[in-house]
Amino acid sequence: MIQFLETLLGNQILAFFVSSVLPLVFIIPFALYAIYAERKVSAFMQDRVGPNRVGPRGLFQTVADILKLMQKEDIVVAKADKPLFVIGPYLIFIGSFTAYAALPFSSQYIGSDLNLGVIFLLAISSLTVPAILMGGWAGNNKYSLYGAMRSVAQMVSYEIPALLSVIVVVMVVGTLSLNEISIKQTGYFWNWYILGGPEFGLQKFLLIPFMLLAFIIFFISSLAEVNRTPFDIPEAESELVGGFHTEYAGMKWAMYMLAEYANMFLVSGVSTALFLGGFQSPFGYLGNTIGLPSLIPFEQLFWFLLKGIILVLVQIWLRWTLPRLRVDQLMTVCWKYLIPFAFINLVIVGIITLL
Amino acid sequence: MAEFKTEELVLNMGPQHPSTHGVLRLEVILDGELVIDVIPHMGYLHRCFEKHCEAMQYQQIVPYTDRMDYLASMYNNFAYVETMERLLNIEVPERVKYIRIIMGELQRIASHLVALGTFGADIGAMTPFLFVFRDREMILDLFEMTCGARLLYNYMWIGGLSNDIPPNFIQRTLEFLKYFRGSIVELNNLLSFNKIFVERTANVGVLPADTAINFGATGPVLRASGVNWDLRKNQPYSVYDKMDFDVILGTGEKGTLGDCWDRYFVRVKEMEECIKIVEQAIKMLPEGDVKAGLPKRIKPPVGEIFFRVENPRGELGYYIVSDGSLTPTRVKVRAPSFINLTLLPLLCKGHLIADIIANLGSLDIVLGEIDR
Repeated sequence: MIQFLETLLGNQILAFFVSSVLPLVFIIPFALYAIYAERKVSAFMQDRVGPNRVGPRGLFQTVADILKLMQKEDIVVAKADKPLFVIGPYLIFIGSFTAYAALPFSSQYIGSDLNLGVIFLLAISSLTVPAILMGGWAGNNKYSLYGAMRSVAQMVSYEIPALLSVIVVVMVVGTLSLNEISIKQTGYFWNWYILGGPEFGLQKFLLIPFMLLAFIIFFISSLAEVNRTPFDIPEAESELVGGFHTEYAGMKWAMYMLAEYANMFLVSGVSTALFLGGFQSPFGYLGNTIGLPSLIPFEQLFWFLLKGIILVLVQIWLRWTLPRLRVDQLMTVCWKYLIPFAFINLVIVGIITLL
Repeated sequence: MAEFKTEELVLNMGPQHPSTHGVLRLEVILDGELVIDVIPHMGYLHRCFEKHCEAMQYQQIVPYTDRMDYLASMYNNFAYVETMERLLNIEVPERVKYIRIIMGELQRIASHLVALGTFGADIGAMTPFLFVFRDREMILDLFEMTCGARLLYNYMWIGGLSNDIPPNFIQRTLEFLKYFRGSIVELNNLLSFNKIFVERTANVGVLPADTAINFGATGPVLRASGVNWDLRKNQPYSVYDKMDFDVILGTGEKGTLGDCWDRYFVRVKEMEECIKIVEQAIKMLPEGDVKAGLPKRIKPPVGEIFFRVENPRGELGYYIVSDGSLTPTRVKVRAPSFINLTLLPLLCKGHLIADIIANLGSLDIVLGEIDR
């Protein structure tokens, strides 16, 4: 991709710059339509219609919302801690967007092919933790502070089972780079790591239940990382009004929401790259069958986005079905259930790979 | 190492709050996330109902009674007209009695639906709230067909009803009841036995039976603690003695007897009993007149009376003092939510903030009734 851009633009630095801004080109329309999808999906699940006035079938609803938010007065609360108040929304988006650099969108495009992709991702996405804390503290509001405290506890705790289940896959594959992990899952869908991996043999069949467990643990921890129900205590609307974003209005609030949706796709993207084959197609490539190999990167992009979006839809589905966990129950689930299971999983998979 | 100094935080869940079921101010004194005390401040919805009554004639008071517990208006009317009819010592036609029971029990279903839906929404499950309101719309359509109003009916007058039920009411009610049984099953599948919901509500806010009686709690709150007291069975009024239904008691199956889950589930099961009562009443409905031929300006004899009925929220009682003139001297309302709310500090002590919401939702209060 870099080479293609270089030949197009003639300048290497400009090529790098464009290549690093490309995920933004994806994130913004995605967030726009993810918000619309959430409203429509939740409406259909609740026996209502959802937005259907602005644009055909309500498709421009989010655009209207963004325009409204942009023209709102940018209030900085009187006794707020001004620097923190202003930086908070930007920092949370930075945490989310930077991590997109390591997501393998297709075999030809990855923002930055780090050979420790996975660790980089989980580390950078922890930038959201201080950002939320800033948002809660700087608003000078007891409710926001409560929301921020709960959020920090939750996000820090749930990073552990997430990392443990990622390491399960890394042990089986042998590399930390997400790009490599995606490339290794070539072939058909039974080569995906959720079904044991590409090497056919006894190891593959032994691994299947444990990889499934790792996927489930990772999915649940990622729900907690993005503060979605059942783990949405930090923004528990009925308890704390708005939680850590109570005091934000206008574009600052929009940044928090944008970061939340960007985060949702990020963790779905990581899940698909690790467990569901990344950008690989489950049935083989159309480009191969019709003899047009240059079509393949686009097909891969399509598959990656499709799988990521399906997982995002599952997250939306869960939000509108399940009630909310209380703070101490949330911690109990993490420390007393997810972490022991993740550790046992790790040990068993380690033993299986050694065989 | 020195003792870590902590302070108590006073948090105000102000009159405007997404889940205080009306304008109720809760002053919560917290130690971290643990509740040390909850002080409810009410009065934000006080509309001087009892003082107004002293200036109005008896028939004119009926629309005002609607507005107290606005989620169960039919029953407020029911309580008032039953009290007045006992003061006047008159007998209403049989048809009126049965129709009053039909309306009252349909109202009980509607009121419980709101209670369950908002309880779920407070806990975080927003979808059952919409399903519940969809079913409630059907009941409100039935009421609108009868008396023209969806929320505040002014339907039951002293001596009868404002008008008779329309011709297709019975058929539509039976259709609704058939549909509604499936709806309760759907609610149970989605919310009642959901593990997360059970964990949030079981063993939270346990109310022992003797405490409930000492505090004067009534209605589903009392019955969930295992006390078998339902005015429709123990002191039947209207024609409830001819109806065959069960009194639902809490069982403590998901946790302890008298916890929030019990209070929630008692309401779910009570809705099933209401369906039974309405079907029986429809079968036994006689023909007749719906007005007892009372004059528009009523002059009751000198005296006083206290009478209570089983509101969806508890025992609603009216104490009326008459001095023989056109307007009462004193009308006092014993509102069930007011007494049930006094339980809140007791239930919340020692639990977390999230449990305050669960407890408040399970007590099912309506501020209109509390503040009058």
